Amino acid sequence: MAEGGQLVDHSDGREVILRLRGVRTQFDENVIHDKLDFDVFRGEIVGLVGGSGTGKSVLLRTIIGLNPARRGKIEILGVDRHGLHGKAEHDLQARTGVQFQDGALFSSLTVADNIIVPIREHAGLDEPTMRAIAALKIALVGLPADTGEKKPSELSGGMRKRASLARALALDPELLFLDEPTAGLDPIGAAHYDELVRNLQKSLGLTILMVTHDLDSLYACCDRIAVLLDKRVVVGTMEELLAYDHPWVREYFHGPRGRAAAPKE
Amino acid sequence: MKRRIDYARFMADAPPTIRLTDRKGASVLVVGGTWTVLSLRGIARQIETLRKGGKMRGVKQVDASGVSRLDTAGVLEILSIAGVDGPTDITTRDQRHAELFEVVKKNKGDATKEHHVNWFAHWLEEIGLDVVHFGQQLINLCAFFGEIVVVFAGAFLQPRRFRFNAVIRQMFEVWIKALSIVGILCFLIGVVIAYQGVQQLKQFGAETFTVEAVAIGMFRELGVLLTAIIVAGRSGSAFTAQIGTMQVNQEVDAMDTMGLNPIEWLVLPRIIALVLSMPLLAFWGDMAGVLGGAFACTIYLDFTFVQFFDRMRDTVGVWNFYTGMIKAPVFGLVIAAIGCFEGLQVRGSAESVGQLTTRSVVESIFCVIVLDAIFSIIFLLAGV
Repeated sequence: MAEGGQLVDHSDGREVILRLRGVRTQFDENVIHDKLDFDVFRGEIVGLVGGSGTGKSVLLRTIIGLNPARRGKIEILGVDRHGLHGKAEHDLQARTGVQFQDGALFSSLTVADNIIVPIREHAGLDEPTMRAIAALKIALVGLPADTGEKKPSELSGGMRKRASLARALALDPELLFLDEPTAGLDPIGAAHYDELVRNLQKSLGLTILMVTHDLDSLYACCDRIAVLLDKRVVVGTMEELLAYDHPWVREYFHGPRGRAAAPKE
Repeated sequence: MKRRIDYARFMADAPPTIRLTDRKGASVLVVGGTWTVLSLRGIARQIETLRKGGKMRGVKQVDASGVSRLDTAGVLEILSIAGVDGPTDITTRDQRHAELFEVVKKNKGDATKEHHVNWFAHWLEEIGLDVVHFGQQLINLCAFFGEIVVVFAGAFLQPRRFRFNAVIRQMFEVWIKALSIVGILCFLIGVVIAYQGVQQLKQFGAETFTVEAVAIGMFRELGVLLTAIIVAGRSGSAFTAQIGTMQVNQEVDAMDTMGLNPIEWLVLPRIIALVLSMPLLAFWGDMAGVLGGAFACTIYLDFTFVQFFDRMRDTVGVWNFYTGMIKAPVFGLVIAAIGCFEGLQVRGSAESVGQLTTRSVVESIFCVIVLDAIFSIIFLLAGV
């Protein structure tokens, strides 16, 4: 196996945006990840999959700093996450964006104000400019212009996810984390969302790590897939993983749903 | 360490630049450096002065080939500099920047216009809405009370529909757990009244009347009122928050679809529990208050406990105690009903839970005091 949990080396000379080495997370005695290596390169979309309880969300929370790693090293955009605090952490947070599973929009603010919150905190521009940026982000994620004036509770689930994506994009982050972005969407909405993510990635030059269970999403938008197996990740392209010999991987990709999602030749 | 990282970033990112030049008779806007959301603040003033000069209006050509880093906010700012129509001829450094310009152009909507309304009209509208809202609230509250009565009557026909376990659990929360705070506060108020009574009555040489002041004050008004206010703040608010959170989580809707009546499951046990607990708590508060008064009298009046209670038995009629006790269950009913009602009014968000919890406490304390006044009149007319 190549470096960073990869089946084959995919680096292709690209810059490493996210680098995990020997990461261990545990709750009390319960070890979730151990000796986990994982690399994400600039400009790719990586899907993170794994069975229930393998710690997909824990890994995501560990990377974005909500849950400390017990051991190992996490480098985001070339900055060591460990022990980061104050101004340096603040600066790093401005360069990454997170979309939480249920949106986590601030319920007391309108959608536009939600998007403005990080801009005001980090960039501190004048009000009309920030409003214009918020309107742009709302249009970018494919929401109608009047959504900006609405409260999150007035939106449907799918719209909330898009609004949350707009907030994650507020500062044009270099690295974007999405937690189950298509969960709870209807197949048409999910397909549109996949297309949206793909387009945004291309036009804004983003690097995206998405936790997902949606096999269609994996086929439609991910360049590579990271599978959580035995407390570590195995990263490969879809073809490599289809050929990978592990009971869970075989069941996942070759099961009835996996076959149904595969594009027909 | 922190400074070094900061410094390194500024070195890597050249600050944004902007200038207006003349090329072949047409004015061209030349931008360079870093145009990202985080760097824009540095150039805001420069843009403002250029814009004030009026030369930027109608500029059709932009040369952005000197831009090193670019994001959507930067593009938006560059496009907006030239005015409403925006420039038509843009030179960029590479394909990616050109695409970024395209994406932003395509999605750039009209910035939302601020809605300006006459403040007087706005004020009238607010008042009108408040009046309508108040009317609706009153109707809803009546409907709610009606529903409680119906469910309560129905439960009498089928006693197993009284959910005794829930009642006991709620009583533990609203009665047992409130004992310490009610006891301590009433005790302290008893001490305070006795102290004030002694100070004032001493001037007439009537300091022994302090016993009546403490006992009658506590029994008739303070014991039950203080208890009601504590209960409204701790249990009424808890009812609203609990039921409100269930409403946000759609638990109440789930109950409805399963054929479980939320009034029977959530509201009735709480109301019964509080109606039963209030007299018990008020009694406890009365006792603590009188004890506090007696304690203060032993210090300031050189009374013994025996003297204090002897005098109390001789001079304070038992109806003083009854009047307080009669009020207690009514206050309990009102606090519980308002707490549950506001909880069921919660819609949508966490913010709504907070608002309605506040409202529930304010409304129940307001109602308790109004009811107390009405009771005073009734007792006055009844001569007790």
